[in-house]
Amino acid sequence: MSGTTIVSPVGTRIARAKRDRAGALIGYLPVGFPTLEQSIDAAVALVENGVDVLELGLPYTDPVMDGPVIQRATQTALENGFRLRDAFTAVEAIRSRVDAPILLMTYWNPVVQYGVDRFADDLVSAGGAGLITPDLTVDSGAPWLAASDRTGLDRVFLAAPTSTGERLELAVTNSRGFVYVVSTMGVTGARSDVDASARTLVDRLRAVGSTSACVGIGISTGEQVAEVLEYADGAIVGSALVRALSEDGVQGAAKVAASLAVGTRR
Amino acid sequence: MTTHLRDEQGPFFGEFGGRFMPESLIAALDEIAAAYDEAKNDPAFAAELTELHRSYTGRPSILTEAPRFARHAGDARIILKREDLNHTGSHKINNVLGQALLARRLGKTRLIAETGAGQHGVATATAAALMGMSCVVYMGEVDTERQALNVARMRLLGAEVVPVTTGTRTLKDALNEAFRDWVANVEDTHYVLGTVAGPHPFPVMVRDFHKIIGEEARQQVLDLTGALPDAVIACVGGGSNAIGIFHAFLDDPDVTLIGYEAAGDGVDTLRHAATITMGRPGVLHGSRSMMLQDEDGQTSDSHSISAGLDYPGVGPEHAWLASIGRAQYLPITDTEAMAAFRLLCETEGIIPAIESAHALAGALTLGRELGPCKVILINLSGRGDKDVETAARYFGVLDEVALVATELEASSLEAGELASDALTDELHAGSGEAAELASGRGVQL
Repeated sequence: MSGTTIVSPVGTRIARAKRDRAGALIGYLPVGFPTLEQSIDAAVALVENGVDVLELGLPYTDPVMDGPVIQRATQTALENGFRLRDAFTAVEAIRSRVDAPILLMTYWNPVVQYGVDRFADDLVSAGGAGLITPDLTVDSGAPWLAASDRTGLDRVFLAAPTSTGERLELAVTNSRGFVYVVSTMGVTGARSDVDASARTLVDRLRAVGSTSACVGIGISTGEQVAEVLEYADGAIVGSALVRALSEDGVQGAAKVAASLAVGTRR
Repeated sequence: MTTHLRDEQGPFFGEFGGRFMPESLIAALDEIAAAYDEAKNDPAFAAELTELHRSYTGRPSILTEAPRFARHAGDARIILKREDLNHTGSHKINNVLGQALLARRLGKTRLIAETGAGQHGVATATAAALMGMSCVVYMGEVDTERQALNVARMRLLGAEVVPVTTGTRTLKDALNEAFRDWVANVEDTHYVLGTVAGPHPFPVMVRDFHKIIGEEARQQVLDLTGALPDAVIACVGGGSNAIGIFHAFLDDPDVTLIGYEAAGDGVDTLRHAATITMGRPGVLHGSRSMMLQDEDGQTSDSHSISAGLDYPGVGPEHAWLASIGRAQYLPITDTEAMAAFRLLCETEGIIPAIESAHALAGALTLGRELGPCKVILINLSGRGDKDVETAARYFGVLDEVALVATELEASSLEAGELASDALTDELHAGSGEAAELASGRGVQL
């Protein structure tokens, strides 16, 4: 079975965060926004301000799981000439400056066009930890399961409030690093209340054996991070960081990261 | 064991199809697939849909021979399958009524849809009104401008039309927005996907709701001519009307099947929507098919004068039929389509949708290739009422002064200005022409 012999860099980091603090803070930023350089600087700043694991989004023309804030940012990155290879450049540059595992969050077609195996190999070479695949589920993901097992990369699948027990088990068994808990039915974006369904969903994942479940979608404050870490292993923040970066630059993103990290204290 | 091309049930058609979707929507897709399987075997469901088609859609749609048009097509025998005469003006109603009945079985109370030309949006708004459901239609902002009449039709039918301002602001972005809505509202909402693309079970289900076109037409042509047609042709955007008319003929090897894609300014330019002709395999909107994309797998912008064909993807069953050589897909430019559009107007007294005009243009060449008396069945998928303004501008037959005057007058009346105002008097003189235009006499094709 997968996941039992490969040591997961992301899983290890989350476990350490749980030991030392309330849990892990996972921060999302799109590569190439507002520029490649600034996205690298911003990612480094997130880690320096308490983010444990980085989730770098690859700008894509048809991001069906993304809300308006992230859509605007990724569209800007595309207009500024983002190329797929920039993702590897960014991973390498960030890894040379800070020690945090980096997952790429990517829609599936860019990986298919790059070549699944070639993508995996280049990600390993750049020092990346693995992929989060918002539009690729385990049952459609055979080539990625094979490539990630071959290379030892982490693979994060999603679990939704509407997922059946059988599907939750599929996600838990096949994910490496963590399972991405979709807190609420909807696309990415900050919400004032993180749905109570997240708590229920984490309970359901625990029941089928999950030891690493991180909650995303809707989290934007340190208080919400703290609340989520009462029952989950990590909290994922995206839109709030992207908004800060677009409005107040790298310093703004760093400040928001620091305030989110307060929520990881025990 | 004999395999029949008609038997394909997905999720895959060869290497195409499948389901590449966020986990949040998998349960809904499974629910639809299960409900559809059940409905398919339920005589009551079939009976209800058949009755709606008879007493609401106006099925079976008739065949019309087009002999004067055929003179320009090498004297082939041209037969039109008149889906344009369906209620709401296109083939789209076939699928929408089927899905709306299914949504009702699932207890959904809200329908959402994407639309390009507006035909699918109008059909969905119609079905929602008929069944007492609420309706939201996503339409690219570019398309709301070029298909303003259909926007108004949807609103009259009680639907909310949301102009989509992301991405290229056309059909593909309307699909993205509809998926986003569905992710958030899947509990009470059914997404009436309007073409044979998307994740399983949509390509199979939408095809099944449209295959009535070919089933009727096959028998009608047999009755009319005593034989099967030599060729069956249709325009292809996502491919719903084409698969609808092709399907009944898939296992008739002597019948040539040709889908005509929108070549826009030409396939040698970057401004076209000829997905199978110029694309390569990729994953878009939930399934693997042919698509227009750059080296990185970013979806390319498509272009066509016809909003309904302006889509960089295509249904997976078409990609498969192309890959095994059962159907051919050929490009038709804006210019060729518009010439055929006008020709049908003037030779047969039928104003086709610009989408369907791509198939008509294909027939002009195909007829000459096949030779006299060969029978070509064309799916006339929609009528051109929605395209009158676009076509009239294209051919320079729109009385722009009268149109502007009417608009100005409407806004000045809204502002409460008196008709005795000298300017308004002047505009009034213009509005006589506008009334003439509205009655059709102002447009001289």
